[in-house]
Amino acid sequence: MSAPLHASAALAALVLVAAPLTATAQVNSFAQVERGRYAVATGNCEGCHTAPGEPSYAGGRGLETPFGTIYAPNITFEPETGLGRWSKDDFWRAMHEGKGPDGSNYYPAFPYPHFTKMPREEVDAIYDYLATLEPVRKEKPENELPFPMNQRLSLSVWNWMFFEPGVYQPDPEKSAAWNRGAYLVEGPGHCAACHTEKNIAGGDKASEHLKGGQLDNWSAPDIRGGEGGGIAHWSEDQIVEYLKTGRNEHTAAFSSMAEVIEYSTQLMLEDDLRAIAVYLKDLDSDARQPADRPGEPVMTAGAAVYFDNCSACHVADGSGVPRIFAPLSGSGKVNDPDATTVIRVILEGARAVPTKAHPSPLSMPAFDWKLSDEQVAAVASYVRASWGNAAAPVTADEVAALREALQPTVQ
Amino acid sequence: MARKLPPVDVVLVGFGWTGAILAQELTDEGLEVLAIERGAWRDTPTDFPTTTAPDELRWYWRKEMFQNNSRETLTFRNNRGQTALPMRRWGSFLVGEGVGGSGVHWNGQTWRFLPSDFVAASHNIDRYGPLPEGMTVQDYGVTYDELEPHFDRFEKLCGIGGKAGNLNGRIEAGGNPFEGWRSAEYPNPPMHMTFSQNQFARATAELGLKAFPGPSANMSRAYTNPLGCQLAPCTYCGFCEKFGCGNYSKASAQTTILPVLMKKPNFTLKTHNEVLTITLDKSGQRATGVRHVDLEGNEYEQPADLVIVCAYALGSTRLMMLSGIGEIYNPATGEGLVGKNYCYQVMSSAEVFYEDKYTNGFVGAGALGMAVDEYNGDNFDHTGLGFIGGGYIANWTTNARPIETHRTPEGTPTWGSAWKKAVADNFLKSTSVGAHGASMAYANNYLDLDPTYTDVYGRPLMRMTYDFTPNDMAMSGFLTERVREIAELMGGREIKLNPREGPYDSMPYQTTHNTGGTIMGTNPTNSVVNRYLQSWDVPNVFVMGACVFPQNAGYNPTGAVAALAYHAAEAIRTQYLRSPGPLVQA
Repeated sequence: MSAPLHASAALAALVLVAAPLTATAQVNSFAQVERGRYAVATGNCEGCHTAPGEPSYAGGRGLETPFGTIYAPNITFEPETGLGRWSKDDFWRAMHEGKGPDGSNYYPAFPYPHFTKMPREEVDAIYDYLATLEPVRKEKPENELPFPMNQRLSLSVWNWMFFEPGVYQPDPEKSAAWNRGAYLVEGPGHCAACHTEKNIAGGDKASEHLKGGQLDNWSAPDIRGGEGGGIAHWSEDQIVEYLKTGRNEHTAAFSSMAEVIEYSTQLMLEDDLRAIAVYLKDLDSDARQPADRPGEPVMTAGAAVYFDNCSACHVADGSGVPRIFAPLSGSGKVNDPDATTVIRVILEGARAVPTKAHPSPLSMPAFDWKLSDEQVAAVASYVRASWGNAAAPVTADEVAALREALQPTVQ
Repeated sequence: MARKLPPVDVVLVGFGWTGAILAQELTDEGLEVLAIERGAWRDTPTDFPTTTAPDELRWYWRKEMFQNNSRETLTFRNNRGQTALPMRRWGSFLVGEGVGGSGVHWNGQTWRFLPSDFVAASHNIDRYGPLPEGMTVQDYGVTYDELEPHFDRFEKLCGIGGKAGNLNGRIEAGGNPFEGWRSAEYPNPPMHMTFSQNQFARATAELGLKAFPGPSANMSRAYTNPLGCQLAPCTYCGFCEKFGCGNYSKASAQTTILPVLMKKPNFTLKTHNEVLTITLDKSGQRATGVRHVDLEGNEYEQPADLVIVCAYALGSTRLMMLSGIGEIYNPATGEGLVGKNYCYQVMSSAEVFYEDKYTNGFVGAGALGMAVDEYNGDNFDHTGLGFIGGGYIANWTTNARPIETHRTPEGTPTWGSAWKKAVADNFLKSTSVGAHGASMAYANNYLDLDPTYTDVYGRPLMRMTYDFTPNDMAMSGFLTERVREIAELMGGREIKLNPREGPYDSMPYQTTHNTGGTIMGTNPTNSVVNRYLQSWDVPNVFVMGACVFPQNAGYNPTGAVAALAYHAAEAIRTQYLRSPGPLVQA
């Protein structure tokens, strides 16, 4: 027998053995897998389920919560360490009810309170897509949670208090675009996970919905786009541009939002981004209370620090260079009542997300080694009270506390 | 014993401007490209952020921006009668090291050579008769018309600001009327000029000269290049030459190519590895790859189908010598070509001091200036002048960096309280007009391997034998007189002339425009590489950089270096890959 014939005989045997699997593969049509790939993008699964420098979706990334560090599991279909033995029903239960195959509760760091809004077909498509990924063997590190947070039973109480399973129900009074946007924002997009203030138990404060939150020493700004909202001055087009390219006339994305744009929104269809914009622009808020202006000595000191260190990029009048160096005038982050992000960016610098549209990772350098707590407080107070901005002053103590919190912990 | 690594399609030796250009072009072609860089990874926010970029002491005076010459340097002498000694501290030129190469610390003056510069030998012989004894000027083997699209490409990559003087053959007001035709206007408008440039424009107009804005790689406005990379408007801080730009305002590999290139799966960069030699097969006519060494001294064999040398003019020439590709030039016999036609740049200037006008030189940028081109190349009749070539004359306000900048009038003591007072009195009230003179090749100016001194790996250092030539001195004398005429009309209280005087001194900073050594040309008897920068001897080796210039024109070289690199890349993409072998038959 010649070698090629031998090879094809072996191939035939392989096909026979693999026949039942082939049947499954046929069900997972290209369209179904692509639907799943897109659904995964809408939920930014890759962002949390990928550790830096490790294979995508193999988990191991730690999410810092006020209660401790929770690690994202491996969601490739590796049988021992991933989802390889899960059925579609198991996967649905996880996404819809927040429970593992053994009935145990997940921590809501996994945003099932949002994913529950996704319909079964969408969740099945995600399952089918994840099944096509190269399986990676990778154990999930143990969560670092103190008692009683490490008792998963306590989560039943949490679920009873804060969680209501149920697929998104469209509002017939609203347009199709609004409903699509609401679904994406409240469902897979899980925007509230960062942008809504939490109660003491880590549940969303309903009255503060999308008015800004704090996570992992970052403050996420108010993203309500209606009257009185944090991005009331953004147009629909500007919201779409921001989500698509990571930049718009007002700002550039960095830190956690950089990930959201990199793995999620820049991959989404423009119609969907527009739907998100339509929904956000419909969320009105009460007008903010004007904040106290810093005293003149602080403004004078802040202006001096600003002109020496910041004005080359952000320009003397805070107008920045749109899409390159963030304008500070009118910035949602600068005007956030919670100054954490402003202080942190001055201390650590920031790196604008490189996207397909804007590949340059334009960065601001760190000033922690150069400016004292008093200087950081003065310049932060100055930018928060200049050029139409009207947010409360920052104190040197706040700067010192954040500086301390950002120190790398010695293992 | 060197460890053998898996083969790649292309290995690039050095990762500055030309390395980044070639990597971007050849990865687009689908090739697996590896760049090997002896220095470190460098990027704006990590290595020269605004908070440390303007550190004059660190970057320039303590030479942190440049090649570490305790590991490798050159030896230098003025002529063959002397014994060359190692340059233990950079002076007249500043060789780069690390990702981005010297293109990180350039000023950004981005010129096109004149059409006649590419045919300097035949053009001048036609017009003025035979070249003088000892002058070895020759044609490039490529014409301006062939390079035009590649100049254009580089200008768009960088976002060069300027004003066209010749748009498709039509002379445009406000631009350089002598330049070769351009297929398009500059992608950005000129920089904002200052008082000094306005005085220069007025003075040159009075003399009947046509001043135009210097072509600038410092951004005159926010710019997004064709790859999508973003550059920010220049802040005129004056820390360009000798410094990295912290504001993303100067075109460099980092700001124009790397954000896109570094994400490509078919591109790999290896830093802190030095290529020791290009390896050849037994025939000596085919490169098999390179041998390189890491910082721990481990050696590697890197097989590759194509080796492209992008290691700056001096490094590339030396690597060709150390690899035994071609014969090293010997001025005594005229034999050999590698190392021949080393050229430089012949600079002179005049300083202008004002009594009551502020020039505010601290508002500067590397390529902020106005220039005239009447006395460059063959833009004027050289009959009876005793030299060929010329240079542009410009008023740049590149900087007023406090340690470096201390213009003082004629007769000021060089130290002490009178000197200090003069520096203080004139710091804000002075400017300078410079001539950027060409450098014509002579048989006695050359590069070879030093017989005595070696680098950290025991390889011979390259030896530079160079002095200003009779052509240089006559040309510079002529240009300096033109500089004087202009300076005197700029409305100052007094001027001070700084003529170029020989012999060439390797210590005072002049320019980092080292050219020649692996010159290009029309056939293997007059050149090391052909018109596509391909080695005549080993056709799977290409050499990029100003080392291929047969002689240097009266302009800064980066524009021409990049255009030649794009021209070579196009030939590799469209011709060489289809049929690997010599692109020009000898």
